[in-house]
Amino acid sequence: MDLTLSDEQRLLRESADRFVSETYTADHRRKIAGDPLGFSTNIWKQFADLGWLALPISEAHGGLGGGAIEIGILMEAFGRGLVSEPYLSTVVIGASLISECGTEAQKQDLLPKIADGSLVLAFAHSERQARFDLAKVATSAKKTPDGWRLDGHKTAVLDGSAAGQIIVSARNDDGKLGLFLVPRGAAGLTSRDFPRLGGGRACNLDLSGVQLPADALLGDGSDALPAIEAAVDRAMAALGAEAVGIMQTLLDQTLEYTKIRKQFGRPLSANQVIRHRLADMAMQCDEARSMALRAALMADAEPVARSRAASGAKAKIGRCARFVAEQSVQLHGAMGVTEELDIGSYFKRLLAFDTLFGGSAHHYRRHAALGGRAIQA
Amino acid sequence: MDLTFNAEERAFEKEVRDFIAANLTPEMKRATALTPSVFSDPDIGMAWQRALHRKGWGAPGWPVDHGGPDWTPAQRWIFEAECARAGVPNVNVMGVKMVGPVIIGFGSPEQKNFYLPRILSGEDYWCQGYSEPGSGSDLASLKTRAVRDGDDYIINGTKIWTTHAHHANRMFALVRTNETERQQDGISFILIDMKTTGITTRPILTIGGDHEVNQVFFDDVRVPVANRVGEEGKGWTYGKYLLEFERGAGIASAKLRDALKTISDLAESEVTGRAIDDPDIAMRMSEIEVDIDTLEMTELRVLSALQTGQNPGAVSSLLKLRNSEIRQAVTRLGVDVIGNDGLYVEPVRPLYRLNETPGIPEELLPVVPEYLNGRAYTIFGGSSEIQRDIVAKMVLGL
Repeated sequence: MDLTLSDEQRLLRESADRFVSETYTADHRRKIAGDPLGFSTNIWKQFADLGWLALPISEAHGGLGGGAIEIGILMEAFGRGLVSEPYLSTVVIGASLISECGTEAQKQDLLPKIADGSLVLAFAHSERQARFDLAKVATSAKKTPDGWRLDGHKTAVLDGSAAGQIIVSARNDDGKLGLFLVPRGAAGLTSRDFPRLGGGRACNLDLSGVQLPADALLGDGSDALPAIEAAVDRAMAALGAEAVGIMQTLLDQTLEYTKIRKQFGRPLSANQVIRHRLADMAMQCDEARSMALRAALMADAEPVARSRAASGAKAKIGRCARFVAEQSVQLHGAMGVTEELDIGSYFKRLLAFDTLFGGSAHHYRRHAALGGRAIQA
Repeated sequence: MDLTFNAEERAFEKEVRDFIAANLTPEMKRATALTPSVFSDPDIGMAWQRALHRKGWGAPGWPVDHGGPDWTPAQRWIFEAECARAGVPNVNVMGVKMVGPVIIGFGSPEQKNFYLPRILSGEDYWCQGYSEPGSGSDLASLKTRAVRDGDDYIINGTKIWTTHAHHANRMFALVRTNETERQQDGISFILIDMKTTGITTRPILTIGGDHEVNQVFFDDVRVPVANRVGEEGKGWTYGKYLLEFERGAGIASAKLRDALKTISDLAESEVTGRAIDDPDIAMRMSEIEVDIDTLEMTELRVLSALQTGQNPGAVSSLLKLRNSEIRQAVTRLGVDVIGNDGLYVEPVRPLYRLNETPGIPEELLPVVPEYLNGRAYTIFGGSSEIQRDIVAKMVLGL
């Protein structure tokens, strides 16, 4: 039992904190918000040089063999700066799906490209009718003489327009879920790209008779749902760490503001009602920190324990995040609802966090169901 | 980083389990399950203390030269977790966890030699004299006076909310030995024999139907100056040291998990008509379980910091706040789980010595009293409002 950082982990945290605080200024964020890509390819290259893109990839495939703890360290720093590079899509989810599902040839081909920064990935899984049920996929994959034909609609595909390859989930004729590599610009693929709440970009996809070669299918054709669940659990652990960085930034800024802002001849922070609110915010930041760490520590546990930890963390951190975000705006008064402060950007990123992969109610239900307490919706 | 215990620690875990299996009698276990108040009655608690003492485990947190077992923080964690899981009785916390560390830290050699072995063996039973009718949250305003008269102090005044004063043969108290400008500077820490002439105890019944707390009156009570711990006027410092222990040293998540399991088992049983099938109940069960996971993780982070000699920081207030709130959430859920059986009132105490068959299944008897008594969790040891003041000051630097 040891929850202290190793020397390497401490160095990683220091370099990530330094990089983010030097690079992700408010000016940078404003500039990138108008960018059609939603992030900087130059910074992505630097991520590769720093080894961050190789972090969770096995050493056999050109990676560093790191785990969820290291990802969490990076993501927390990313949260502080509202980093919009497609790290979650490419490195956390993409590399996880390829590592879990891919054939050896696919791993040899794709994983080194993730590590060196030449391949950006997106994961197209969510569908409107499914809400957040990972097993509900209507997109179909029909076997053709040459390979596959995909038809369906996908929503909220993070970083879809920036991706060289999109990993699309689809159900084949015998009812199994498969993951298919769809290259950017494939015929029959229509993308509606939009700026994403809280920074970065996403798109909705229409797949209409998209023709793919046989080897576009990741792996050997066994059902991909367990791999999808594992990847999403890891994504939620990573997002939890990112949320912690965002919440801590909001707390720090709000604390500072209540010390400076004077009304009735004294700082806001002299009022007990404000002090207690800040105490609750600090407490919820700390609780979120505990749960993000717990989800990371359980990321490679057996599936039920892993998923319960991930859902518990997502539910708990989601609640804490909403509270800290809303109170940060509240304690900044009217300034809190303007675009003139950074508060609103952090607020919106936390709202996006709470929504991604399902909100607190969904994950408390999943947590209960996995614990043998079935809850009828 | 990892969450698992090493082979040595797992072997220790087995040793604790074996010890509990061999020493926790069915009577003790049943009595503990049927105790709705915070503390076990002394006949139950002290029997367990004696068993622990025989094994050399009478005071887990004490240094080895005073009879502590010299455990690592991880071993203490394992011990507390196993005790909670097995449902062992509460020992005399006021002795082992409160006054013991103060005597070890600030007492004279004579005090250490006299009192510490008697705490370990269970010969002495302690109560805590802090709050007064006019001094609750504002503890430093306390007025119980100790006036010097030769080699004695003469004590006059009253203490209130004194848990188990009616069982205790000793009290540690904060008393005013001086009128000073800063009222904290006039307070001393003193050890009192409860059999001394001039001490009377009045029971206070609480809303759960239990007699746990009392008011204690001091009428010209003579206490030797030699019973003062440390320096005159330094009592506030010693008392605060103790309160940090009271708030933070407990490893609370394991007990909360055990309490939730009790309610969860009831909810899944036909006795409650399978309350768990109510989606609201099932959802709240998960919310509380996640809150306990969160508290446990925070406790483990503190433990890990302690293991490596780091200072965990001012987290004891955070832990106290969450522990007390989660405890109340568990007991509130319990009342909802048992439904109509919550209307049944059983006035006899202790519940485990009830002579007649109760009108509802026995295991349901403590549920409502636990909820009612549990309202005190966010009040004693510094109310939640005081804890938030402390967090604002110590954690946020306000």
